[in-house]
Amino acid sequence: MANTLFTIAMLIVGLSFLLVTVRFLLGPSVVDRVVALDVLTISSIGLIVLLAHFLDRVIYVDVSIVYAILSFIGVIVIAKYLERSL
Amino acid sequence: MKIKAISIIFVILFAVWLILNNSVSIEYLISGAAIALLISFGFCKECAVFNDLRITPKAFIYTFIFLSVFLWELIKANFVMAKTVLSPSLPINPGIVRADTTLKSKMARLILANAITLTPGTFTIDIIGDTLYIHCVNVNIDDTEEYGKQAVRKFEKYLEVIYG
Amino acid sequence: MEHLKIAGAIITLIGSLFVLFAAIGLLRMPDIYNRIQAGTKASTLGSILTLLGIGLYHPDWLLKIMLLIVFIVISNPVSSHVLGRAAHFAGILPSEKTHTNKLKEDTLETPTTKEEKK
Repeated sequence: MANTLFTIAMLIVGLSFLLVTVRFLLGPSVVDRVVALDVLTISSIGLIVLLAHFLDRVIYVDVSIVYAILSFIGVIVIAKYLERSL
Repeated sequence: MKIKAISIIFVILFAVWLILNNSVSIEYLISGAAIALLISFGFCKECAVFNDLRITPKAFIYTFIFLSVFLWELIKANFVMAKTVLSPSLPINPGIVRADTTLKSKMARLILANAITLTPGTFTIDIIGDTLYIHCVNVNIDDTEEYGKQAVRKFEKYLEVIYG
Repeated sequence: MEHLKIAGAIITLIGSLFVLFAAIGLLRMPDIYNRIQAGTKASTLGSILTLLGIGLYHPDWLLKIMLLIVFIVISNPVSSHVLGRAAHFAGILPSEKTHTNKLKEDTLETPTTKEEKK
């Protein structure tokens, strides 16, 4: 029962990945693409933790913590670069 | 004041270390404490953000109230956003408004800006001087100043007590 | 115990729905500032609920997941704010529906003076 619900949740997150990728490809400006990338990384954190549940390995939660930190720094650096203050 | 900054950084780092290692054996405790102490001494000069934090019982109560108000607003924000996004006509009426803040502490302003960003239909774009520039999805055309003030006042009264 | 697991799964499902709303909002909104609003807000609560559901299912992971949630709540508004400012100073205009733009009135000169300083 619970595993079925988790599978449906994973499918919904995958569908939203596709929609955000459309915005990533369409995005008229660079900032649009970066926003799409930000949403992709935030939702992929949830996806990695879901994967940790399915494979039953706690180490993937650590992976998602590192991924969250790296993506945050990445977005800040790109935004600083776009602002011409880097 | 330096002792306070060092101890706050030390407690945060040590707690994160313990959670990440997920064990309380003696080697982890000693090495974690040593590393956390080293980092907190190294960074206490740069770290002025905790200087204004008040550690009193009243501040603790207000932190709790602030967190619950914030969580409620976050949930409300998401339902408003879901309703806006799913309605076929896309009922938005955006605008960027000014709002002045009376908070002086940098950390309090950071928390205020973050809280505004996560509440319904508002998002802080920039802070210049004492003025916050807030982008709103649905802004009242007649009284734009009042709209920004409401968004700020909601959190300011708690942060005034927690920070100086 | 079984009830807690089912509750965790349902919370995860609700969270994934919010992530989907974020994606739809990102596609439908007319300009960059509204896209940032839709994207960051819904994806914050969406990922918080997704993580919390799994934390309820595996109670021994809950502390690490709480750390992750605190980090997301702190970092997500900061990155959205920085992106909004970058969009403004890169000269991206809001859509025509935007009827009041106080920031543009006040900072019309700021980008040029910033460059002169350097």
